[in-house]
Amino acid sequence: MADDRDRDGTEVAVAEFHKKIKEAFEVFDHESNNTVDVREVGTIIRSLGCCPSEGELHDLIAEVEEEEPTGYIRFEKFLPVMTEVLLERRYRPIPEDILLRAFEVLDPAKRGFLSKDELIKYMTEEGEPFSQEEMEEMLSAAIDPESNSIHYKDYITMMVIDEN
Amino acid sequence: MGSGTSTQHHFAFQNAEKAFRAAALIQRWYRRYVARLEMRRRCTWSIFQSIEYAGQQDQVKLHNFFSYLVDHFTPSSHNERDFLNRIFTEERSPQASETQNCGDYDSIEVPDSYTGPRLSFPLLPDHATALVEAFRRKQRLHARYVLNLLHEARKHLVQLPNINQVSTCYSEEITVCGDLHGQLDDLIFIFYKNGLPSPERAYVFNGDFVDRGKDSVEILMVLFAFMLVYPKEFHLNRGNHEDHIVNLRYGFTKEVMHKYKIHGKKILKLLQDVFCWLPLATLVDEKVLILHGGVSDRTDLELLAKLDRHKIVSTMRYKTRKENKKQAEEKGNANQTGSAGRPSPWFLPQSRSLPSSPLRPSTHKAHRAGRSSSVPCGVPLDPKELSRRVRRSVDLELERCRQQAGFPAIKEKEEPSSSESEVDSDAEEQPQPTPEEWRQVVDILWSDPMAQEGCGANTVRGGGCYFGPNVTERLLQKYHLQFLIRSHECKPEGYEFCHSRKVLTIFSASNYYEVGSNRGAYVKLGPDLTPHIMQFQANKATHTLTMRQRISRVEESALRALREKLFAHSSDILVEFKKHDKDETGLIALSDWAAAVESVLHLGLPWRMLRPQLVSSLTDNKLAYKSWLENLAKEKLSQQNIQSSLLETLYRNRSNLETIFRIIDSDHSGSISLDEFRHTWKLFSSHMNIDITDDCICDLARSIDFNKDGHIDINEFLEAFRLVEQSCSGGDVSDCPQVTNSSNRDCSSPGAH
Repeated sequence: MADDRDRDGTEVAVAEFHKKIKEAFEVFDHESNNTVDVREVGTIIRSLGCCPSEGELHDLIAEVEEEEPTGYIRFEKFLPVMTEVLLERRYRPIPEDILLRAFEVLDPAKRGFLSKDELIKYMTEEGEPFSQEEMEEMLSAAIDPESNSIHYKDYITMMVIDEN
Repeated sequence: MGSGTSTQHHFAFQNAEKAFRAAALIQRWYRRYVARLEMRRRCTWSIFQSIEYAGQQDQVKLHNFFSYLVDHFTPSSHNERDFLNRIFTEERSPQASETQNCGDYDSIEVPDSYTGPRLSFPLLPDHATALVEAFRRKQRLHARYVLNLLHEARKHLVQLPNINQVSTCYSEEITVCGDLHGQLDDLIFIFYKNGLPSPERAYVFNGDFVDRGKDSVEILMVLFAFMLVYPKEFHLNRGNHEDHIVNLRYGFTKEVMHKYKIHGKKILKLLQDVFCWLPLATLVDEKVLILHGGVSDRTDLELLAKLDRHKIVSTMRYKTRKENKKQAEEKGNANQTGSAGRPSPWFLPQSRSLPSSPLRPSTHKAHRAGRSSSVPCGVPLDPKELSRRVRRSVDLELERCRQQAGFPAIKEKEEPSSSESEVDSDAEEQPQPTPEEWRQVVDILWSDPMAQEGCGANTVRGGGCYFGPNVTERLLQKYHLQFLIRSHECKPEGYEFCHSRKVLTIFSASNYYEVGSNRGAYVKLGPDLTPHIMQFQANKATHTLTMRQRISRVEESALRALREKLFAHSSDILVEFKKHDKDETGLIALSDWAAAVESVLHLGLPWRMLRPQLVSSLTDNKLAYKSWLENLAKEKLSQQNIQSSLLETLYRNRSNLETIFRIIDSDHSGSISLDEFRHTWKLFSSHMNIDITDDCICDLARSIDFNKDGHIDINEFLEAFRLVEQSCSGGDVSDCPQVTNSSNRDCSSPGAH
C-alpha cells in the first residue's frame, strides 16, 4: 500500500516537474523547435530552483549535450536529466545563514563589511572567478557609494527580499 | 622555527582554502540570482507581448462586429439609420481642391501672446532645427502652423512614387530608424547622437510615427519639416499606424483632440489624407528594401510600384454598404464567370483564408516562432472560432450573391469588375483599390518574419502574414536585393537579425512597454551597405538603475497589466477553477491553477514561472481561489458602487469600448449622446454575447452624465471607472498601464547627451 502511494506521489511529482521543466525550456526555445542555445541552459536550470556551481553545471551540460556538440540542447535529452535532478533535489539553494558565514570568512576582522577592492579581489581571483560584466553588475547593487564598501548583511537581506 | 613556519603555512593554506570555498559559494549563489532575474525578464517581456497582441485581436473582433452590423443590421427606424450612417459612412477626406483651400489655415489667427515656434514657407533648415529645439522645450505648435505644414507636406508627398529610390552616391551615409510611436525623446536623442538630417546625412523613417506615446503630433511635425527641407535626403515610409482608424484606438486621435481642441478635427481630417499619401517603401541603391512590416509570398514590387496608394485610406476601414454591394457584385460576377476568386474577410490573405487543417498547426507554430530571440508568446485565434467566423463571412457573401443574382437590375449593370469604376452617381464615392492591391499593401504593412519556412496568415495581428526564410530568399533573388530592413516589432535590444541576416528588424522606441523594458536602435548604411547598429535608451533614469531595479519596475508594470487581465475574466476563471474542484473544497492545486488560467486567457504564458508573483498565500500547496479572485477585484474598486461583474465586463472590453466611443464621436467633440451610447452598447453586447442588461448600462451612463445634459464625456466615463490608468492631460495612451512616477519624467533629458 505504502508503495502504491509512494508511486502515485512520485508520478504526480514527476508529471508536475515535467510541466515546470517544459515551461522553463520553452521560454528560451526561440524557434519553437524544442531546442535551446547551450549558453542559456544554465539560466534554465537555475531558474528551476537549482544552484549548481559552474563546474557542476559543466558536467550537467555534458550529460545533455549531443555526441557531437551542436551548440544546441534538445528537449528530449534535457527533460529526463533535469527531472532526475529535481527528484533527487540536487544542487539545493544556499540558505541565508550559510551565505552570511561565507562573507564572514572573507571578513576575518569581523568589521561587518568588505571594501570594494576586497570584494573585487575575491570575486575575480578566487573560487570560480566572475567575468568583468558579472563583477560590475554585482558592484552596482552591492556597493554603498559613500563608504565604497559592501555591508554584506544588509546586502543579503535586500537580495533575499527581492527574490520573493 | 621550522615547525612554526610550517604551522603558519598550514593555517595560511587552510585559510586560503576557506576563502576559496567561501568565494565559490558566494559566486554560486549570485549566479543563480542573476539567472532568476533573467528568467523574470523574459517572462515580463512575454507578458507585455502577449497582452499587446491579444489587444490587436480585440481590434479584429471589433471589426468583425462592425462588419456584422453592416451585414445584418436593418435599421428599423429613421434614427437608427442615421446613427448607422454616421458610423459607417466614412467621411472621405475632402476633394483635392478643397484640401488646397488656403482658407483652411489662413483664416486662423495666431495671437500675439503665442510664444511657440512660428513657421513660414518655404521652410529653411534653420526652421526645422528650431522646431526640434522648441519641442524639446515642451512648446506647442499653433494649429495654424500645423495645418500649414501638413498642407505643404501633402503637396510634396503627392509627387513621390510608391517606392522611394535612394542612392548612396548623394549622401555619404543613410540612417534608418524604426517605430517611434509618439516618443519624442527618442527622436531627439537620435538627432543629437547621430546628427541632424542634412544633404550629407540621409534619413529613412520606417513608419509607426504615431500612437501610444504622448508626442505623436510633435514627431510628425519634425519629420514633415525635415522632409520639406531636405526632400532628396529625408524619407518616410508608411506604417500600419499611419491610419486614422488605428489611431482611434491607440491614442493619436485622442492626443490631437486634446492638444488642439478647436482645430483638432480639421487637423485629423487632413492627416487622414496625408497618411495615405505616404510612400509604401524605400529602396536604397536598388539593393536594400526598407518597409514597415514585411513581405509575403505574393509580394509583387511592380504592382506595388504601380498602384494608386492614395486609394488605401486605411487597412482597417469599414466597408460602407454601398461598397459591400459593389464588392458583392464583383464577386457575383466572379462567381458567375467561375473565377477562382473566393470571397473571404478582408483581413485574411486570400490564398490562405480557409481553415483547412494544414493551415492551423503551421500558423500556430509560425506564430510562436515569430518572436525569435524574444519570448514566444501570444495566441492565435481559437481555430474553431476563426473558422466559424470565416465560414460565416463566406456564407454571408455567398448568400448575398445568390440573392442579388436573382435581381435583373444587377445583371444589367454589367459593371467592369475593375474597382476603379467611376460609374457611380454618388460623387463622393472614391475609387476603390482592387482586392489584390489591398492585400499587397496590407502584407507589407502588417507582416512579421518567422523562423519556419513558408508563409501563413498572421492571425495574431489579424492582417498580413508570417513569412519564412524561403519567402525572404525568393523575394531577394527575384528583385536582386541584398537584404530587407523592417520594423513593426519591439525587440529587447532595439534590433534583431533573422533569416540568416537577410532581414533586419529595427525599432526605435526605447522603453516601449515601460521604463527599462527595451533599448531603441537605429542602423546606418555606409556605401558598401553594411549595416551598423547603434543602440540607445532615452531615459537617464534607467542608466542609474541596477539591472535588478530595472527588471523589477518593468516586471511590476507587466504584472499589474496581467492581474487586470485576470480580473477582467474572473467569472470565466472561477468556472474553470470549480471544474478542478469537484469536491468543493475551495482549494485548487497549483498545477490546476495554471491550466485553468491558461484555458481562459489563452496568453501562452509560463504560468508556473509567474506563479510566485501572482499567488502569494498557499495552504498546503493549494490555493484558496475565491479569495484570490476577490483580491484581484479589490485592486479595481472604483468610487462608484458597481457590481464587480459589470466592472469586469467593462475591463474586458475597455479598449473596444473606447474605440467604439471615438468612432461614434465622429466630430471628435469628446462626448456622445446617451442614446448613441445606449444604442451601440445594445448592439455590441448582443454581438459579443455580453450578459449585461440595458438598464444596468443606462444607469451607469446616466450616473456619468455629470452635468445631466444628455451627453457623456468619453474621457470622464473611462476615467470614472478607472478604465484608463491616467488622465489624458498629457495625451497619454491608456492601452498599457504605465508607471506614473513623475520623478522619472524629470530625469529624462537626452539633450544633455
